[in-house]
Amino acid sequence: MHELALCQALIEQLCAVAREHRAACVARARLRIGPLSGVEPALLEQAFTLARAGTIANEALLEVEQGAVRVRCCECGREQEVPPNDTRCSNCGNWRTQLLSGDELLLVSVELGGAAGRIAAPALAEPA
Amino acid sequence: MCESCGCTITEANEHLVLDTGPLARGRQGTESLLLLQDLLSENDQVAAHNRAHFDAHGVLAVNLMSSPGAGKTALLERTIEALAGQLRVAVIEGDLATENDAQRIRAHGVPAIQITTGSACHLDAHMIHQALHRLPLAGLDVVFIENVGNLVCPASFDLGEHLRVMLLSTPEGDDKPQKYPVMFRAADLLIISKTDLLGVLGDFDPAAALASLRAIGGTAPVMSLASRSGAGIPEWCDWLSAQLARQRTLLAPRAGAAAVPA
Repeated sequence: MHELALCQALIEQLCAVAREHRAACVARARLRIGPLSGVEPALLEQAFTLARAGTIANEALLEVEQGAVRVRCCECGREQEVPPNDTRCSNCGNWRTQLLSGDELLLVSVELGGAAGRIAAPALAEPA
Repeated sequence: MCESCGCTITEANEHLVLDTGPLARGRQGTESLLLLQDLLSENDQVAAHNRAHFDAHGVLAVNLMSSPGAGKTALLERTIEALAGQLRVAVIEGDLATENDAQRIRAHGVPAIQITTGSACHLDAHMIHQALHRLPLAGLDVVFIENVGNLVCPASFDLGEHLRVMLLSTPEGDDKPQKYPVMFRAADLLIISKTDLLGVLGDFDPAAALASLRAIGGTAPVMSLASRSGAGIPEWCDWLSAQLARQRTLLAPRAGAAAVPA
């Protein structure tokens, strides 16, 4: 839903990153889309070719990683992959499960081309 | 959303950080940056700004969502009557066209801002931002945002609300949560509305609707009511009052401690 609006926001983020690193173009963008994000990867790919036209990302390749819905049962602790519309624990049947992944809508990484000078990678802290 | 503190890193995606490292040289002299930025960050930023506005005035913001015709406006009318003299209420109405719903609310003496979205099928944080600057927040306790009738799109747009209340009316069927998991998972409260029609319909089972909600991991409590008859309205108003009190407690600085962040 709203894949074109999302792509426009994505293009803005890509352009901002390219400007920040003084890159000539965006070569590739890698996304991670979860089944519970409300976004369809196929529609996103179609919308991207429209949204990137005339921008610094107009030749960028879009790679979409489709995630899975993974939960941890709050009762028995079992971690498992589940269908998007049934997140109950398949081991003990409990409905109280914690979502580990499946609703993400992430710009994972960007490949920039033609940068003048070295690009410094953003420092990432230890995962919480 | 945050490339410096890594707060978007979860157990499921941390391998992207640990295995590949933050910088990799690609083909043809390209440089690769690991970002992990949320794609909806722009709407979310405006939503956070809206929430800060509401918090600055101790106003509880409630996003009311459902399919078209489930009874959102009728519920608001009944709620306004029930809360008269107790809580000061305003409404932000969202529809593609017409001022019908805002006019119904204003007829009860309550301020209502109508957002006509044209062809947009959901409200977003920008629209709410414009509307809330037209409301006298300093003199209000609760702002209801009646979203566009739609079980798909509103789910992904944080408006700056504190609570998401979903309506499911009895004629719609008791299996809707599993048909629209993204929407129903996000609910803080599920209201089964038009319960006065249960005898006529014969095929809506509130227990099945609850099971359908739990099956998709929806943790919200479930309440039943009928706006036309008034059944369940007092319990709904009690829940609202309790949520308002809870939100104001969260915001109030404790004696001898740092202020609770909004």
